[in-house]
Amino acid sequence: MIRLENVSKTYGSGAHAIQALKHVDLHVPKGSIHGVIGLSGAGKSTLIRCVNLLERPTTGSVQVDGEELTRLSGPSLNQARHQIGMIFQHFNLLSSRSVYDNVALPLELAGMSKSAIQERVLPLLDLTGLADKADKFPAELSGGQKQRVAIARALSSRPKVLLCDEATSALDPQTTGSILELLKEINQQLGLTILLITHEMEVVKTICDRVGLISDGELVEEADVGDFFTAPQTQLGREFLNDFLELEPPGALVERLEAEPSVNTHPVVRLAFGGDAVATPLVSRLARECGVDVSILQAKVESIQDRTLGLMIAELIGNSHDTRAALNYLEAHDLKVEVLGHVQRDA
Amino acid sequence: MSNAMLELILESTLETLYMVGIAGLIAAIAGIPLGVLLYVTRPGQILANPVTQSVLAIVTNVGRSIPFIILMVAIIPFTRLIAGSSIGTNAAIVPLTIAAIPFVARLVEGALNEVPPGLVEAAQSMGATPYQIITKVLLPEARGGIINGMTITVVTLISYSAMAGAVGGGGLGDLGIRYGYNRFDPVVMLITVAILVVMVQGFQSLGDHLVRKADHK
Repeated sequence: MIRLENVSKTYGSGAHAIQALKHVDLHVPKGSIHGVIGLSGAGKSTLIRCVNLLERPTTGSVQVDGEELTRLSGPSLNQARHQIGMIFQHFNLLSSRSVYDNVALPLELAGMSKSAIQERVLPLLDLTGLADKADKFPAELSGGQKQRVAIARALSSRPKVLLCDEATSALDPQTTGSILELLKEINQQLGLTILLITHEMEVVKTICDRVGLISDGELVEEADVGDFFTAPQTQLGREFLNDFLELEPPGALVERLEAEPSVNTHPVVRLAFGGDAVATPLVSRLARECGVDVSILQAKVESIQDRTLGLMIAELIGNSHDTRAALNYLEAHDLKVEVLGHVQRDA
Repeated sequence: MSNAMLELILESTLETLYMVGIAGLIAAIAGIPLGVLLYVTRPGQILANPVTQSVLAIVTNVGRSIPFIILMVAIIPFTRLIAGSSIGTNAAIVPLTIAAIPFVARLVEGALNEVPPGLVEAAQSMGATPYQIITKVLLPEARGGIINGMTITVVTLISYSAMAGAVGGGGLGDLGIRYGYNRFDPVVMLITVAILVVMVQGFQSLGDHLVRKADHK
């Protein structure tokens, strides 16, 4: 549905040129929810603005629903934009218009009659839970309600694609949840394709099917959300995941960690396990089958959509032969094992 | 005070309102589009055009730098061409209008500058044409600011119109100078000043009221 091929965007020229996007390829299939995550300044905003050509790519092509937008300009581009809805971090509602008139705006722009507009707007106000707010002005609404108006407005021209530019970043966690739920509902009911950019892993975890990681203008990693949360391929991906899971070894332990094992040390490991491994009574088996004691320092279980992800930081206590056997045992059972370091055995 | 004097005061008040009204109206009709052009031709704006922008900016700035009293005298041939005379109320409207147009334009430009750029971006993402962005987004969103600008313009025009009195333009300024100043009649002077104060207060209150009604912020 959305296809970006070799898209680059450069601001300025010569020595002052800034390359905001570097050879980005992105494909979002019809009906899916695709997230792009990255730190601020990584090029997320530029990327999503290149899809509806609010920013025109310096090179490369952008296709939406088979139409190559990068070939269009003027009226034909405006026409194509009716197929692409967009919502923003700061909602961008017109303060001079009521809720109803804000939702009606795209239809007015398209030249629809008043009665046809009404037939479209009222069901959308119902869908977004704003039926009783039609005559209110944006200043009278909460942040979550404003974003609902923006969503209704973006949907009014019956687009095939919805672009979400940090749509929940200005909202509190609870409101974020309800907006994401609404987006998911729209995706399922209307079969709408959604591309969203965010810096919040929570958003990706909650509604995305696939996720891309953008860094310094490059799409460095792309994966199904379940895979990304269990086994990110890049250092940045792991950092995002660790920040999200807040699973770092305790500070006091970090100070004692040594990079290389010696006679009197035992390993500290971070274990990530998905799927069947979650249900396995792992700790007791390690003790029984390898003769290793496991001291759990931190652990948590996360549900990533239909998958379950377990994470644990643990010391493997035993002699070096047994701990090595334990590591092999874990790897053989499809666990992701990362040895963080080694600590001195307590005397 | 004689009836004749009271009639004269009433007549002068109406003349002032007439001059300010007509000049303000024409200045709005010409100045608002000029202000919009000044804004939308800025770099990065929806109709960015450096050449048009700098020409308009220079014309506006020149218009605004000429002191009104000098402008009034300098354009006498033009005034005569338009109004058929260089003295009288109708003649005074010409320089008042010319002075007010760039004034309005800059105030409108400033009001448009207060519209969050995200709104224009949102309209673009909906496929709005530049004309639609101006009429459906920029002008309605800047309505309060524009009304505020027009209020300032009217108040300024009231004070300018008093200056027009110095060259026989009619109105309260004229009355104040002829009777109050030249004939040393402090009562007439005080009355004209009092009427001007009330007029300015009235327009300011009306303007503030309209801004409150227009703004849903």
